[in-house]
Amino acid sequence: MSKILEVKNLRVSFHTYAGEVQSVRGASFDLEKGETLAIVGESGCGKTITAKSIMRLIKMPPGEIKEGSEILFEGRDIVKMSDKEIRSVRGGEISMIFQDPMTSLNPTMKIGDQIAESLIIHRGMSKQEALKEALRMLQVVNIPNAEKRLNQYPHEFSGGMRQRAMIAIALACNPKILIADEPTTALDVTIQAQIMDLISDLQKKLGTAVILITHDLGIVANVAHKIQVMYAGKIIEKGNTEEIFYNPKHPYTWALLRSVPKLDTKNKDKLYSLKGTPPDLLKPPVGCPFASRCDYCMKICKEQMPENVKLSSTQEVACWLQHSMAPKINPPIGIGGVDNE
Amino acid sequence: MSKKNKNAIDYNVDLIQVKNLKKYFNVGKGATLKAVDDVSFSIRKGETLGLVGESGCGKTTCGRTVLGLYSATGGEVLFEGVNIHGLNAQEKRDFTKHAQIIFQDPYASLDPRMTVGDIIAEGIDIHGIYKGQERTDRIYKLLELVGLNKEHASRFPHEFSGGQRQRIGIARALAVEPKFIVCDEPISALDVSIQAQVVNLLIELQEKFGLTYLFIAHDLSMVKHISDRVGVMYLGTMVELAESGELYENPLHPYTQALLSAIPIPDPELEKNRSRIMVEGEVPSPINPKPGCRFAARCKSAMPICSQEGPVLKEVKPKHFVACHLFND
Repeated sequence: MSKILEVKNLRVSFHTYAGEVQSVRGASFDLEKGETLAIVGESGCGKTITAKSIMRLIKMPPGEIKEGSEILFEGRDIVKMSDKEIRSVRGGEISMIFQDPMTSLNPTMKIGDQIAESLIIHRGMSKQEALKEALRMLQVVNIPNAEKRLNQYPHEFSGGMRQRAMIAIALACNPKILIADEPTTALDVTIQAQIMDLISDLQKKLGTAVILITHDLGIVANVAHKIQVMYAGKIIEKGNTEEIFYNPKHPYTWALLRSVPKLDTKNKDKLYSLKGTPPDLLKPPVGCPFASRCDYCMKICKEQMPENVKLSSTQEVACWLQHSMAPKINPPIGIGGVDNE
Repeated sequence: MSKKNKNAIDYNVDLIQVKNLKKYFNVGKGATLKAVDDVSFSIRKGETLGLVGESGCGKTTCGRTVLGLYSATGGEVLFEGVNIHGLNAQEKRDFTKHAQIIFQDPYASLDPRMTVGDIIAEGIDIHGIYKGQERTDRIYKLLELVGLNKEHASRFPHEFSGGQRQRIGIARALAVEPKFIVCDEPISALDVSIQAQVVNLLIELQEKFGLTYLFIAHDLSMVKHISDRVGVMYLGTMVELAESGELYENPLHPYTQALLSAIPIPDPELEKNRSRIMVEGEVPSPINPKPGCRFAARCKSAMPICSQEGPVLKEVKPKHFVACHLFND
């Protein structure tokens, strides 16, 4: 497989009246053709900002993509592209599904026109051709009565159907990368399952690479090939899906995995919950950002950011516990194949 | 756990009995939206009843009608044996001292122009329970109870995060020392790690004060975790009701089976090997619903009778109720 996207040392800041908020602090990762990468983490950890940087949707100012950041899409640096160049990439070769289908469609435009819009711009179709293609796309995403739906407005669609329409818009130009930012958070479980199935079906059919941003580890288990966990603007652990679920190394990943109730846990037992809140990114800590909430925090953790340690060809973790002089810590019960028994 | 104390579930006392509750909305042009249609259940003292279903299935309307926030179209809600829909204004006011609600959206349910102290004390003021220093002490005590501190009393809602706001909502509900709280999707708007904190808090408070909960949510794994019994709603009707362990291990209604199989499991091996029962399409409109079982059009096991006659909720196994013609013999 070939690398379609390479992000190197991405740093994004926002200049606010209170000072500089460092939302993303040195994220590096890559994406291969046809692959699904999941980015997980709490609100405010920088996952959406990372995605928006790839689309160059960060409003500048107040935002700023820092000097030295590189986002290579098929070898071309998105950060350095001119506005004209990025416009031909955005929506055409890289497209995005947003979190909230209620607010990200244009309420004054018919659904058909909204799908046709990107076809006319990126593929140079005539309005008529574009509408014909829009109809086909609506059928691809399983919207019943597509002919009728084409001429309806977003308010006439239910939540699940709006999300389907968004997917139709995003996939209309046959993008090479699809970024899905919490595509199912606003939806019910049954609809969520339908949408996730739809995305992975289309991915198989079209060979699109997908970046899936979510906080629901359940969804990730089903569709992702590799996972990266973000915390306070940094990628603190990454690996393929099996490694992250069965052999996670970072205490924050443990905490994330433990705070989801499993269907086989006993009723009303105390759920594991992380104390405290993520650090303020106006003044990010010098050491490991997770140190203040970590059960295994050592002196060094507060003083110096740990290096990324390579554990396998795919798994990497940034944690002092991996240092040869650190005490050997076994992951908590229930993590990494250790049973509750 | 500490289930044997005085706040344990009292299996002999029904705190809430809902009998054939109906709530219809008139949506104009002679059409009726049947949000809750003939739903019956009871909640025992100290118990948590979970209520699950997709958006638009009537679970929130059901919770609000149980509290009397909506007047019922038909049926009754008995709180300690008294029908709350037959109360006069004064009695209704007294009832609100016993029953409270925690809302779904912590961003929309707190008045942005009131201080947290005043928000929490609103119920205390309305009922005139405490005044002056006592009132202040009570606010501080409540803030501590939900894991905030007393400095927070003079601040405004916008200074708090989602999880903290939900704690304020919980403190407000607890202020009048209620017996019964409707939790209307209290965790849907929160991050996973914060969800766990809020759920732990709710369980802790229940054990401390012997609270009874009606817990409404669409996150099925969280509902299983917190509830003693779970009811599944579909388009205004209760399709299945059982103890939570039993319902999740042994779902009988085709809709419950589909709903449960749609829950994503955070385990890649399990996910790969399980088969999913998909329901096609979406929930039909509750406006002027067709006769018969509401789920018939999407049900894989539908029979001719399903579209003619609505099934009744009945006990097919001990303590396991289901409304489906498959179980009529």
